[in-house]
Amino acid sequence: MTDPLVRITQVKKSFGSTLVLDGVDLDVPKGEVVVVIGPSGSGKTTLLRCINALETYDDGSIKVDGVEIGFRGEPGGPRKRRSDGELARIRADIGMVFQQFNLFPHLTAVENVMLGLTKVRGMPPAQAREKALHWLDRVGLSQKTANLPSQLSGGQQQRVGIARAVAMDPKVLLLDEITSALDPELVGEVLSVVRGLAAEGMTMVVVTHEMTFARDVGTQLVFMDHGHKIAEGPPNEILRRSDNERLRSFLSRIEFRQDG
Amino acid sequence: MNYHINFNFVWKYADKLYWGLVLSIELAFISILIGCVIGLALAVVYNDGHPWLKRVVSAYVEVVRNLPLLLLIYLIFYGIPSIGGFAFDATESFVLTLSLYAGAYLVEVFRAGLAAVSPGVIDAGKAIGLTAWQRFAYVRFPTMLRIVLPSLSNAFISLFKDTSLASVIAVPELTFGANWIKTNTFRAVEVWIVVAGVYLVVGWILLAALRLLERVLMPGRRT
Ligand SMILES: Nc1ncnc2c1ncn2[C@@H]1O[C@H](COP(=O)(O)OP(=O)(O)OP(=O)(O)O)[C@@H](O)[C@H]1O
Ligand SMILES: [Mg+2]
Repeated sequence: MTDPLVRITQVKKSFGSTLVLDGVDLDVPKGEVVVVIGPSGSGKTTLLRCINALETYDDGSIKVDGVEIGFRGEPGGPRKRRSDGELARIRADIGMVFQQFNLFPHLTAVENVMLGLTKVRGMPPAQAREKALHWLDRVGLSQKTANLPSQLSGGQQQRVGIARAVAMDPKVLLLDEITSALDPELVGEVLSVVRGLAAEGMTMVVVTHEMTFARDVGTQLVFMDHGHKIAEGPPNEILRRSDNERLRSFLSRIEFRQDG
Repeated sequence: MNYHINFNFVWKYADKLYWGLVLSIELAFISILIGCVIGLALAVVYNDGHPWLKRVVSAYVEVVRNLPLLLLIYLIFYGIPSIGGFAFDATESFVLTLSLYAGAYLVEVFRAGLAAVSPGVIDAGKAIGLTAWQRFAYVRFPTMLRIVLPSLSNAFISLFKDTSLASVIAVPELTFGANWIKTNTFRAVEVWIVVAGVYLVVGWILLAALRLLERVLMPGRRT
């Protein structure tokens, strides 16, 4: 019995007086893909951002590979917020892909992927370039490596975003609605890259509204509402025969797209 | 009254104008370099520093921007030696003045530039494990530079014109050279026409060169 790669226990988070995460538990075993769904404002993005310390959490614990993300020390005992240097080291092992791509606008596709390899991993530039080119090839962009983000389509930018994250060899990859900002005809090319990663055993936490995709790649489906985890289980079970009222009404409002 | 326009003297004293022009460009160049250092440092302090540091920066910007540049030149040239007890060269004094002046304007430019870097891009820098300093050096600063470069070019041209004021403390730049020629030839109209032409044409060439440089430094920039 090995511990899950990501273990989230009773995490609470408020923005001012709004409680956004109200005691969330979640386990992500190594090699599995946990898909998080839920209505707008339910706390999905906040949960992902807490996992790689882009947000702090107020209470509870998030451990990735046994390491507490937000704090030094154990819950219950005295805990101290981590320093910037510690956070940087922790984040280097957790990949994230953003809804708005967030590519570095002044760097070409290959330079976007190389930056973390050279500055964080300390790789020599030639080796970093080779690795970056390998990943750009993997996401189908071997022809666009010298393009700036402004010279790429949304789907291409997002694939660079994926290459940038996976090139760091993260222990876990966090994907936050990575196709929501894309034109419908570009969604498929991005999701197929993610399907490939899932097939190779990449551990992922995926927030998405693409239900076909969620059913296909998800090993676990989690439904969140108002900062709570409402339901959890194998995607087919959750999607087909759900007895939860809120989940049913959420699913009835979501369209099932075939290109996912 | 019978005044014959005659430009012959220009050739005789062309080297005075030439060296004056070179000095003018040098003064503008050094001042914008120092001004950028001042402006960027204060912009970072303003954006990320303590509230009272913010107030100090605001005060500096307000004072410098609300005083006529000519007055600043006199204040520093005559004021500092009388307080500090050391005299300094008119050129050094002017460079100091113009740098402080440029710095006050560039704080605003850099502040807006830093604010225009999307928080999402900075998050992306965090997500790959960059430290705060690395995020500044490799993400925030270069992204901001692309945003502010056109404003820096405009500021440089502006400073180039402002160097003309250095003539009041006898810095031998272009306007001072022109004044000298006027005094020695009594050909005021011709001198000022020629010098106006030089400022216009050189300013235009410098701007064109800077725009070209922007295009090289920021390929593919969508405007
Ligand atoms: N930086 C912030 N400051 C204040 N409130 C915030 C902040 N970020 C998120 N919130 C609030 O927290 C709640 C949860 O937001 P979150 O972005 O996690 O939801 P979400 O489930 O990702 O929604 P969506 O599907 O729209 O992306 C919302 O009510 C939101 O307004
Ligand atoms: Mg969200």
